[in-house]
Amino acid sequence: MKPAAFTYHAPKTVEDAITILNEVAPDDGRVLAGGQSLVPTMAFRMARPAHLVDINGIAALEKLTVEDGRLVIGACTRHAAFQRPVVDGPLGSLLSFVMRHIAHYPIRTRGTFCGSLAHADPASEWCLVAATLGATITARSANGTRQLAADDFFDWAMTTNLAENELLAEVSLPLLPPDTRFGFYEFSRRAGDYAIAMALVTYRLQDGRMVEPRIGIGGAEGRPRRISEAETVLDGKAPGADVFAQAGEAASAAVDPMEDLQANAKFRRDLVRTVTRRALERAAA
Amino acid sequence: MVVTKKVDVTLIINGQTHNISVEPRRTLADAIREDCGQTGTHIGCEHGVCGACTVLIDGAPARSCLMFAVQADGKAIRTVEGLAEGGKLHPLQQAFMDCHGLQCGFCTPGFLMLATGVLEREPDISDEDLIDVLSSNLCRCTGYQNIIKAVRMAAEQMRSN
Amino acid sequence: MSAHHHDIKSWVGRSIRRVEDPALITGRGRFTGDLAAQRWVSFVRSPVASGRIKRIAPPPGATVMTASDLNGVKPIRPMLHKFNYIPICHPILADGVVRFMGEPVAVVIADTEEEAEDIAEKVELEIEETPPLIDARAAIGDGAPIVHHEAPANVIVEGRVKTPGFDEVWAGAAHIVSVDIRSRRQNALPLEPRGAHAAFDPMSERVTLTCSTQMPHLMRTAIADLVGIPESDLRVIAPDVGGGFGQKMSLTPEYVALVWLAKQLRMSVAWTEDRRENLIACFHSRDQYVTLQGAFSADGKLMALSADVLANIGAYSCFPTTCAVEPLMAMAEMPGPYDVRAYACHARGVVTNTCPIAPYRGVSRPVITFALETLMDKAAKTLSIDPVDLRRHNLITTFPYTSATGLVFDDASYRETMELAVAALDIPGFRHRQGEARKSGRYLGLGIATFSERTGYGTPAFAARGMEITPGWEVVDLSMDPSGRVEARIGASPHGQGLRTTLAQIVADQIGIDPSKISVVHGDTDRTPYGFGTFASRSAVIAGGATLLAARKVRGKLVQIAARLLEADAAEIELEDGAAKVKGTNRFLPIEQVARAAYHKAHLFTDLGPGLSETASYDPAGTFSNACHAVIVEVDVGTGGVKIERYIVAEDAGRLINPMIAEGQIHGGVAQGIANALYEEIVYDDTGNILTTTLADYLPPTSHEIPAIEIHHLETLTGDTLTQAKGLGEGGAIGAPAAIINAINDALSPFEISMSEIPATPQRIHAALQQSGKWS
Repeated sequence: MKPAAFTYHAPKTVEDAITILNEVAPDDGRVLAGGQSLVPTMAFRMARPAHLVDINGIAALEKLTVEDGRLVIGACTRHAAFQRPVVDGPLGSLLSFVMRHIAHYPIRTRGTFCGSLAHADPASEWCLVAATLGATITARSANGTRQLAADDFFDWAMTTNLAENELLAEVSLPLLPPDTRFGFYEFSRRAGDYAIAMALVTYRLQDGRMVEPRIGIGGAEGRPRRISEAETVLDGKAPGADVFAQAGEAASAAVDPMEDLQANAKFRRDLVRTVTRRALERAAA
Repeated sequence: MVVTKKVDVTLIINGQTHNISVEPRRTLADAIREDCGQTGTHIGCEHGVCGACTVLIDGAPARSCLMFAVQADGKAIRTVEGLAEGGKLHPLQQAFMDCHGLQCGFCTPGFLMLATGVLEREPDISDEDLIDVLSSNLCRCTGYQNIIKAVRMAAEQMRSN
Repeated sequence: MSAHHHDIKSWVGRSIRRVEDPALITGRGRFTGDLAAQRWVSFVRSPVASGRIKRIAPPPGATVMTASDLNGVKPIRPMLHKFNYIPICHPILADGVVRFMGEPVAVVIADTEEEAEDIAEKVELEIEETPPLIDARAAIGDGAPIVHHEAPANVIVEGRVKTPGFDEVWAGAAHIVSVDIRSRRQNALPLEPRGAHAAFDPMSERVTLTCSTQMPHLMRTAIADLVGIPESDLRVIAPDVGGGFGQKMSLTPEYVALVWLAKQLRMSVAWTEDRRENLIACFHSRDQYVTLQGAFSADGKLMALSADVLANIGAYSCFPTTCAVEPLMAMAEMPGPYDVRAYACHARGVVTNTCPIAPYRGVSRPVITFALETLMDKAAKTLSIDPVDLRRHNLITTFPYTSATGLVFDDASYRETMELAVAALDIPGFRHRQGEARKSGRYLGLGIATFSERTGYGTPAFAARGMEITPGWEVVDLSMDPSGRVEARIGASPHGQGLRTTLAQIVADQIGIDPSKISVVHGDTDRTPYGFGTFASRSAVIAGGATLLAARKVRGKLVQIAARLLEADAAEIELEDGAAKVKGTNRFLPIEQVARAAYHKAHLFTDLGPGLSETASYDPAGTFSNACHAVIVEVDVGTGGVKIERYIVAEDAGRLINPMIAEGQIHGGVAQGIANALYEEIVYDDTGNILTTTLADYLPPTSHEIPAIEIHHLETLTGDTLTQAKGLGEGGAIGAPAAIINAINDALSPFEISMSEIPATPQRIHAALQQSGKWS
């Protein structure tokens, strides 16, 4: 289908963008960044924004820098930017590895990291990264600027706590300490599909033991989140097949899986077990 | 119903300037095809999955059904019609013919532009990564085998040129 | 004298580049959606599966037509004169009732596509819903809603066959083995959705319909009849068509509406289907239940087969084949490539409140091969016989072979292709690897499927089915112009098969000129002789045969004229390298001179008649190609995911006119077969709502999911077709589901799992593992 009609705005500065957004938001005005998620929904007329505020022309939003020990990602930073590690150390490698699982090459040249977060598809890889690593989201509007922790930012499938007049201006991720190991495993039906279940794990390996473990599960519930029950299993232990299997069990038991065409709850629950274990195996490899 | 004015947009397609006037909601794919008369770019799904609409925007492969024409104002767009230069086929076009990489031809322009974009941006792309990129687009006729063969053949030739 | 005495194999058999390609690779293809129009339409479609239309209210000022506006337009009503077929009508726009979600209810006409869609959204539709019928088994159950009053039992077509003495043979069997299989609904998903452009010429009052179709002449006949205009007032053009696979060989009501609108409005009107519409409302296929039982002797001879086929045919019957095509083809061909003399089958097609069903590559054969080949593997296990040996024991080896259903199998290589595939596999080596892999929790499996593919059949076969329209023959008009260039005008309608190239190769061999001097014209009913289009793996055989005959006639005349011009005996004249030569001398004439003489010196050849134009037709009984597919898979028991490690096809389609094109057909067919086996499924909920409405729900595979196919060829040169080619367009799709499921079952044999449903999705495999009780 062709999208429903809308008025198009192309501000050149963040200030202009949030001013316009403030005016048009009550009238279903939306931000257009990569468009790789928004435009398909418009093509089905499921989304019918009366206004689109195109932020692609705002140079300030192309930011990708390190500030105060965190990687700061501006709203116009494309998925493809992460193809080669953008920082030295585990975070850069982690983002590069995860990026390869996102959709397909042409989508990655347009789609944005921040856009994925704003879209909040439970099967989005970047959303899982944000939830697992503890991203901070900076939202700007005519009312000012505020920061939200990832846990407070995500609400449920396709919904966030961003106000309708807020622009998700940037996201920051903590640089991971050099002794961090990471593993990511995703199950999907075809190359490039959204994950039916995926796990992102990180831990620091100190004296042969895993400390500060993080296990994030995505694609299984309405929002990605860390599973503390599974993290507890790992804490202080040496990496190994048995403890990984136990962590998988714990994650599997802890989730309340959603159901859709690809997977019922039972199947998803079992997938969580598998993807958790395999992500851990990759981290240890 | 929202009534929107048409907007003046300049699309530069294969080096040629097209001054058109379209609603903001007109996708780039539709503008290329209908307003600029370049019907080589095809629409297979209109929701960004099949890749038949792939063109190059400032050298990067992009799905033209997921962009609005207004967004491409002033950008350098390349489509399949611009691949052959002065009547000489692009190595990818020649390879697709030599390797029987097309049957009905509907997905072909999308694959050609995808491969052109990737090989120009990353001439030293590994074979594994190149094959991975080709999974971006759908084909229903060929089973992909000959498309992969054609792209490999052209990649080699493009590297040695 | 053998039919092929004169054939010089210099072009046929060569993998020359396609003449279709230069336009397509430079973006100069001409597809239906490329045409501009004065008006655009959008169809308002039923949001529910079943109900009575209470009210259709367009927004003020809009041009919207409904069934009541379509004065005098008849419904589509295909006819079959056998098998208890109950004719039902498919109205162009829903007439009082809606019978499937997506059924067109109204058509909006506007200046642009966007506007037409804007208006369509605003059309108010009030439908009083009635309980929908979705499943085929429910359709024959008690208290099922009635979809068409003509068929109160919902059974639209029913066939039974039972060979004499069947019961005795059955009773005497040592083992009865049974499979119950479920084939889930498919959508052929050509990459170009449907599209139609109807133009009106005020001078001649003719309508020209350019549309994405596989059968332009039949479209013309049918639509002219339904709209009530003389056939000569309608021109149908199939331009470049972006894939068909059968979905575009059935008449679609939207195209009828477009022609009617063009006539009413006296201007050009166009429609482009979007992908969502195609998924919801454009012909589906293969929604079947098959129960198949085999009676085996103690030493593994298949003594008898008994089948029950229940095909969901959707809400309406497709034209021209009628919806009977799936259940009845299943009934006729269930025994496959095996020598089994006792056969019984009960086949039914039932209507439901779902999208109508029409043929899709392979039609029923992917399903029956799935049933038969999983039966054979199950029997092998039951009887403790090696599955390859079991097939060796039962495959047809003597020809001609007349099947239990009266089909005549011509020379083929059922055993030989299997042996070829088996040899390529190295089964002992695989078994060792399989054993080792199991120790580390990896599950590899091997599956094979052997099958025959009925192709290139003409009117005798179609007549036996009892269709109202008996297609089958093809006519080719071939002429050489005074400059020595040849034009072949054909009634077949290729859409990716490279027929323009392969037919040029056939002509080139007969007339001795380069294929680049031969152009094949198809698709335009004003320019081509009547024909039935391209489907059922028929064109290389039938259009090819007609082309060969027509080319021989032209060749004959050229030889006669050249002989007189060169003052030699006709028997001494050879046509090659673009010239007519006297054998054993250096006397020759360029072919253009011979051609020119035919037109401009006709007074010298009054007994031959002027010009160089010949017509020929061909209408063969049909032939069978065959293949064996052998697949190695790995099943990930942690996720239910299946990876294909190796895919081997050993096939025999007789003479390959262009081997590269032939292999392309196999690649494409196998890819769709893999999709059928593992990925694609149209899903309805129990209210008749379609859940798979995007390509993120309905999952055509990417290159990542399709392996490289290793192809081995045999060429059994049958006398049964003039060109010695057999068709092979559908074979790839026929063998894949069976081979893959057999491989999955082999991989999971430690869990004693028998997958019997396609697609074998990860969730289904996971469920089977759970139920086996042997997996944790």
